[in-house]
Amino acid sequence: MTTTTAAHDDHGHHGPAKGIMRWVLTTNHKDIGTMYLWFSFIMLLTGGVMALIIRAELFQPGMQLIEPEFFNQMTTMHGLIMVFGAIMPAFVGLANWMVPMMVGAPDMALPRMNNLSFWILPFAFGMLLLTLFSEAGAPNFGWTFYAPLSTTYAPSSVTYFIFGVHLMGISSIMGAINIVATILNMRAPGMTYMKMPLFVWTWFITAYLLIAVMPVLAGVVTMMLMDIHFGTSFFNAAGGGDPVLFQHLFWFFGHPEVYIMILPAFGIVSHIIPTFSRKPLFGYSSMVYATASIAFLSFIVWAHHMFTVGLPLVTELFFMYATMVIAIPTGVKVFNWVSTMFQGSLTFETPMLFAIAFVILFTIGGFSGLMLAIAPADFQYHDTYFVVAHFHYVLVPGALFAIIAGVYFWLPKWCGNYYDEFLGKLHFWLSFIGVNITFFPMHFIGLAGMPRRIPDYALQFADFNAVASVGAFIFGFSQLLFLYIVIKTIRSGKQATPEVWEGADGLEWTLPSPAPYHSFSEPPQVK
Amino acid sequence: MKIRTWLSLSSIALLLSLSSLAKAEWGVNMTEGVTEISQSIYDLHMLIFWICVAIGVVVFGVMFYVMFKHRKSKGAVAAQFDESVTLEWLWTVIPTIILIAMAVPATKTLVEMYDASDAQVDIKITGYQWKWQYDYLGEDVSFFSNLSTSRDAVYNKEEKGENYLLEVDKEVVIPTGQKVRFLITSNDVIHAWWVPEFAVKKDAIPGYVNESWVNVPVGQEGIYRGQCAELCGVDHGFMPIVVRAVSQADYATWLDEQRAEKEAAALAALGDYSFDELMTTGAEVYAGRCAACHGQNGEGMGSMFPPMVGSDIVLNDVEKHIDILINGVAGSAMQSFAEQLTDVEIAAVITYERNAWGNDTGDIVTPRDIIDARQ
Repeated sequence: MTTTTAAHDDHGHHGPAKGIMRWVLTTNHKDIGTMYLWFSFIMLLTGGVMALIIRAELFQPGMQLIEPEFFNQMTTMHGLIMVFGAIMPAFVGLANWMVPMMVGAPDMALPRMNNLSFWILPFAFGMLLLTLFSEAGAPNFGWTFYAPLSTTYAPSSVTYFIFGVHLMGISSIMGAINIVATILNMRAPGMTYMKMPLFVWTWFITAYLLIAVMPVLAGVVTMMLMDIHFGTSFFNAAGGGDPVLFQHLFWFFGHPEVYIMILPAFGIVSHIIPTFSRKPLFGYSSMVYATASIAFLSFIVWAHHMFTVGLPLVTELFFMYATMVIAIPTGVKVFNWVSTMFQGSLTFETPMLFAIAFVILFTIGGFSGLMLAIAPADFQYHDTYFVVAHFHYVLVPGALFAIIAGVYFWLPKWCGNYYDEFLGKLHFWLSFIGVNITFFPMHFIGLAGMPRRIPDYALQFADFNAVASVGAFIFGFSQLLFLYIVIKTIRSGKQATPEVWEGADGLEWTLPSPAPYHSFSEPPQVK
Repeated sequence: MKIRTWLSLSSIALLLSLSSLAKAEWGVNMTEGVTEISQSIYDLHMLIFWICVAIGVVVFGVMFYVMFKHRKSKGAVAAQFDESVTLEWLWTVIPTIILIAMAVPATKTLVEMYDASDAQVDIKITGYQWKWQYDYLGEDVSFFSNLSTSRDAVYNKEEKGENYLLEVDKEVVIPTGQKVRFLITSNDVIHAWWVPEFAVKKDAIPGYVNESWVNVPVGQEGIYRGQCAELCGVDHGFMPIVVRAVSQADYATWLDEQRAEKEAAALAALGDYSFDELMTTGAEVYAGRCAACHGQNGEGMGSMFPPMVGSDIVLNDVEKHIDILINGVAGSAMQSFAEQLTDVEIAAVITYERNAWGNDTGDIVTPRDIIDARQ
């Protein structure tokens, strides 16, 4: 109470409250952003441990360490935790930190809701994780939870899973509304839409995607709940329901979800590459249009996840063509990044290394995505390790590398100190090598015919599985180095200038480092 | 100079040895398969692959050139251009043309794949947790196909054979040179029937009958192996598919044999069996069909699969025990074994469960009891 009064007396220098209650009650965008980022890092390690359990079991053919039942729980929880617990909250955390600073606002538009949307998450994931210790075990039907495996044949913990998904959805929708409200209402005078930084643009579009599709996910899990507990038959063929309906609904959410996890990454990379090329972003307006096109297309391609369910021929053709079209705006983005680097004056600090790796490895993921779009060939790729390789290429050296790049890029602004460049580069090279050793061989074993989500495999897949497992451990443990670097930077390090990077451009770099508790108390003027 | 030549020579040698290694043992690419469709899918796959490689070489080539030439440390000064409408058009239009070039052959192949008309043989395939049932429509032949790899091999207690996890107790047999249509469905959750060398992969969905087809050319008789490709529960990794393609004459003989076997089994159920005979057969059936869920020693698994040891039904309620085997338990993974096992096998496994692992009830269930119960 005393501290609050003292702070109120000291106008213009609002400081945070002291102790644990600072974090529980905070409505400050930086505090909440920090909590989001730490939460997602904890989830990254949790989901990472599960990935390592999976890779350890798959190191050799035969069952060595765990039982098939627990293996299925691990693949399911790994997917759910990485998608909903690590990648999505990390982007929300970055948005919390950066969007107000980039648009010249003091804070987010809806600070109390901001607090609530974060604090829901630990409970949602706590509940999900606790099912691991229940008698029935954790959900075991894959992160895509296809009915009827997830309804009629599910363990009883599925009800907790459904409640958890509802909570995550509420959190995401509130976070998205907040970001939209901030961007629409709190931009500095003079910042027209086509002057917004690309991270703001990509998040603006992502937020609309979230608002559009999270209710669909909530709807589909509610239908599951009804089927399980209230005697309906939405997805139960024996009761006149339709298991394929589940997949249509799930992927109507699921495909935009893929772009929810990559559009903000595009934004981050579109800041880092110009900065370290010392050159403005090439084709700003085409970047914005490409992002919007990808977002639009994401709503009309969902059934490319369902090429083998027996859709009619015309449906297959439509979804094949629509999916192939996505390659065009995505290609435009890649070409723009390369052109931004062209004739620049390049330096290779850690954020730039991660950003360049993003462009190359995400493009490789894009290539395999294009191959998967070709419906006839997809009959051979579908549900194999080729798909596993594809989406890990877009999500790990794609989304995750962009998040890591963003953290290195903005960390000096957040805490006022530069990170240790040598350690940062070491972290990059370990991650880069590890990620490729892990996921590249998965293309081979997938094409050679290994289905995904199997706890044991035929002998011809043994060699590459062993290689992938070694890579996974290299990649996994190098993330502990990341933790060390971040903690070290928070505690000490070379004092950062307000501009931080030589080529930095944007309102966030006009604030001192570390940025003040309330970003802009006077709106800056944008020319 | 010498060192450089030596280095490049040795790296070429290394690359060559790596690629020969790749061909020899480390499967790295999609199979070309044995049918026309699988061949055109393979060609399509390679076409797209090389297009992607070409684009990658250009894009990454420019990137690496820039990364080496336009470094600040080499004194590069940044140009300040940030727009070119011509370029934006160029890299929108060129990819569009490439995509259309890919879409044309893809559409052609897909149309062919979807034409399941005029099939000469119809086989209904039903997915079960975790086995396949094959029903030769109009031929009065029907059977189940289970994984035949032993649990001991899975748990590393015995040597793994060449076809580890890709071998079954009874193969599905198809004739070569004929169009065979598969009608694929499921009895419980979603499975997917996949044989890579046929490029046939179709989901088996309860309430749906999906179509797919294969025409294995004459001269390509042999064994083709595949696996379930859709997560379907605990033993998803343990439900392989083995297809034996034979000449049309052999196929006709095989069908006759199947019908003869079925009659013999019906006759056998009328015979008399001693306790020991039933126990021996029962132990085999249990290990093959029941142990995956109920445990190798009847200990059960988790909360989903009840133990056999000390079970009230096993110890006290013979009628219920027979009923569960014949009708299954609705809404659970316990399916009906009425079609999957013969009367002798059902009688034997019930007898075994009631007397093994210290259950010692002394009950004998005979094949005649099963025939009665079926009525």
